[in-house]
Amino acid sequence: MSNGLIGVAVIDILLFLFLVLTAIAITRLRNLFAVVMLAGVFSLLSAALFVTLDAMDVAFTEAAVGAGISTVLLLGTLALTVRDEKPVTHSAFLPLLICTIAGATLIYGTLDMPPFGAADNPVQTHVAPDYLERTPVEIGIPNTVAAVLASYRGFDTLGEVVVVFTAAIAVLLLLGGGGRSRRHDDVSDERKKD
Amino acid sequence: MTMLLATAAALFIAMMMVLIRLFAGPTLYDRVLAVNTFGTLTVLLLGLLGFITERPDFLDIAMLYALINFVSTIAILKFFRYRALGRRSLQDED
Repeated sequence: MSNGLIGVAVIDILLFLFLVLTAIAITRLRNLFAVVMLAGVFSLLSAALFVTLDAMDVAFTEAAVGAGISTVLLLGTLALTVRDEKPVTHSAFLPLLICTIAGATLIYGTLDMPPFGAADNPVQTHVAPDYLERTPVEIGIPNTVAAVLASYRGFDTLGEVVVVFTAAIAVLLLLGGGGRSRRHDDVSDERKKD
Repeated sequence: MTMLLATAAALFIAMMMVLIRLFAGPTLYDRVLAVNTFGTLTVLLLGLLGFITERPDFLDIAMLYALINFVSTIAILKFFRYRALGRRSLQDED
């Protein structure tokens, strides 16, 4: 194991430590504004972890959606509600139990996974060599991932784009358009009464 | 390599201190500053990570982080100023 790999392992462990600390702080704090800030930090940390796993596209999405858009959306929600969380009255035993069982199940599921990044993993030997061989001949672009996304799975990507577009329109309608015109009407009505 | 790892250690110590400020507060402005600093430290860490693994391709995602960090800080401060993100509330206009 080279010096760099040990360095990356240590960085991984420290990032996970920060992630756990942030999660604990999110559950403990009652000030919702601080919780929103910590959720942004949580996303930044998980995106950094995705980068150390070489999952660039996932890290991009996590950074853009988790740290960027979610923070803004949560702040917008915070403007409509109170600033402090109500104290929890019921016992936290059942949620803790469910979380522990779910976590233990997930860890159990990783036990028989093949070693991370090994060349003879099923994910490297199944269809990946086929795509790597066919892409330069059939599509003629150097980036195999782009070829798979935009050409081999073109309809799938088109469907995803339609879903995201529809969701964006729905969110814009819910947040912006309707509210603005109604409130302007309210103002003009009040001024007429005055 | 030793130099890079020492830099990483320094970054982690700085991140730890920023996290403590983030957890403890006490004012909201402390937390905004802490989040902004934490984002900057993450950008630095990602850049450093590329050079530790000897593949500095991570630099573009570090740039994206820097952009997102800037936009979120602006959004948070705007939320402070106007109590809303879209436009001013009616109280401010009157």
